[in-house]
Amino acid sequence: MKEMAEQIRTRARELLSQGRVDCVIGYRKGSVPMQEQPFIAYTPEEADQLTWSVFCTSNLANFLIKRPGKKAVVAQGCISRSIVGLIKENQVNREDVYILGVHSPGMVDAGKVRDRFPDRVLHQVYLEGEDLVVKGRDFTERVPHKEVKRNNCYTCTHRNAVIYDEFIGEKGQETGGGNIDKVAAPWDRLEPGQRWEKFTSNFKDCIRCYACRNVCPLCYCDVCFVDEHNPQWCGKGQEETDIYTFHILRAFHCAGRCTDCGACESACPVGIKMRALTSKLEFDVRQNYDYSPGLDMESIPPLSNYKKDDPEIN
Amino acid sequence: MSDKVLQKNDLDRLLDRLRSEYQMYAPARQGPSVVWKKADQAKELLWEFSNTDMSPKSFFFPQTECLMHFKNDTRDSQGMVMQEEQALEQKQALLGIRPCDAKAFVVLDRVFCRDETSCDPYWQDKREKTLLIGLACKDPCPTCFCTAVHCGPHNREGLDMLMIDLGEQVLLKGITPKGEEILSDFPEADKEQTEQAREQKEQAERSIASSPAMDNIESRKVLELYESGMWDRMPETCINCGICTFYCPVCHCFDIQDENQGDYGQRIRNWDTCMSWLFTQHTSGHNPRGTKKDRVRQRFMHKFKYMPIKLAGALGCVGCGRCTQKCPVNIDVREVINQMNQEAAVE
Repeated sequence: MKEMAEQIRTRARELLSQGRVDCVIGYRKGSVPMQEQPFIAYTPEEADQLTWSVFCTSNLANFLIKRPGKKAVVAQGCISRSIVGLIKENQVNREDVYILGVHSPGMVDAGKVRDRFPDRVLHQVYLEGEDLVVKGRDFTERVPHKEVKRNNCYTCTHRNAVIYDEFIGEKGQETGGGNIDKVAAPWDRLEPGQRWEKFTSNFKDCIRCYACRNVCPLCYCDVCFVDEHNPQWCGKGQEETDIYTFHILRAFHCAGRCTDCGACESACPVGIKMRALTSKLEFDVRQNYDYSPGLDMESIPPLSNYKKDDPEIN
Repeated sequence: MSDKVLQKNDLDRLLDRLRSEYQMYAPARQGPSVVWKKADQAKELLWEFSNTDMSPKSFFFPQTECLMHFKNDTRDSQGMVMQEEQALEQKQALLGIRPCDAKAFVVLDRVFCRDETSCDPYWQDKREKTLLIGLACKDPCPTCFCTAVHCGPHNREGLDMLMIDLGEQVLLKGITPKGEEILSDFPEADKEQTEQAREQKEQAERSIASSPAMDNIESRKVLELYESGMWDRMPETCINCGICTFYCPVCHCFDIQDENQGDYGQRIRNWDTCMSWLFTQHTSGHNPRGTKKDRVRQRFMHKFKYMPIKLAGALGCVGCGRCTQKCPVNIDVREVINQMNQEAAVE
């Protein structure tokens, strides 16, 4: 991992000093445990701050949108797929982006690590071999990295960048090992009443901070429907109906577009599992249209397209 | 009044005294979170926790609060009727509030109840009916910096009494007359226990690793700071979500909405966030804080420059560190303070 970080820094320095890009979008070391900070380097010196680790949970494709100039960006599989989506949706010009493709080690779910130390304050967490070393004021413990990855990383289908201008480091194992189709499966076993119960209990803790929306590269609308006021589609308070309306409509807006990067779940301060909905929508899109978003530059996203023989979905 | 002491397993003596008059609340574990819950027995009290996930500001300033109900039925002889909300029925006691969160209430009192003509009745009603029993911090988090912002792990401002966890016993300090009265006939702490509490205070203060300096921010002119180059880079990766403002115990901005169905409706106020472009959007289409830079700058300038000017030195931050812990893109308030302070030193 340290070598990867060094290679990213080296290439970023070169790209910046050669004037091939105006900036390099990556991560730098965060100030709290298990949190790297999205960072934009403009000079070769600033590129020295770039890093790469198992704590890179933001989606950097987000920072390409509406940013002028030529940008290099560090992208693992899911992020590169988001970039493909943004290019197809005319939000990003392919020529303006230089993609530094990488292989994802599987990012850590900080909540899972904290859950293992409920009464203790974590001061430092870092990867050593296959384990995370977790340190507090008076303890040091090891947690296997493979046990505390984010759920989306276990069912990842493309850990290597799918599109890139150059690949940093070696390509690695492509999948996370889990079956993505199974994530959505529980919905089909439930009666309507049980579905409603599962849906409402999943979102009941929402505080409407909109971190899930704002961290998501799919949510680039100038005015989100929840912010519109004439007509006002959605109330502004903590009324359950309004909370559920926000989440279900946002999920539908992501159908056939979500690359399962997990940034929404990583950003959520109350631990809501947004993927409970998006996984079902993406499952239906795969079943009905044989489509997974962001894998190639040619195919047309099914919900941007109409065909007479489109399947009817009940 | 001298310090009092109770054995932990005898602490129900305190709760028994409160029970008839107050609805009690205390921090409690809920899955991985620590939340405020109704409490009844001393055995339910948590002693080992850093702080509640959300600050307790919602006790006085709920995220959504009904201000009034209204009826606007033109066929009705009464015409338009506006009905006020009921005041809080029962007094409440918060047991185990951290000193930083209590300090935040002192700052907010000055915002919501500055004088008689601008006193917020919704805040005031609940605030006056609430007893605050603090729990001193033994083990501050790495993100805590209360001692740098006019506060501390044993700070007493805003509290009626302060509990200090001595292990088997709890040392109780009466602070307000109300707090002292409740404790009046409890056994007095001996010299050793008082000394232990004092040592614990010093130990806790020493263990706070961050102490961002703010001396230059104070002396620097508003416009100089406002126009500082730091605001070009620092907000770049902010996603303008509302986490920092919603988790902050001092952030207090709100939005008022009328929700109606036919002729009936309610006027509610909701937490708002200066991170949202909508916060300052004018009907004309103009937005005085139209960019991310404007919004992020506003949040920090408000806390560390505008509020001290308007509120005789009071800062809009108590150093609890929640914003830094929760920020999804690791914008660290201590680093922002450092930048605001440093640049002032250079010029």
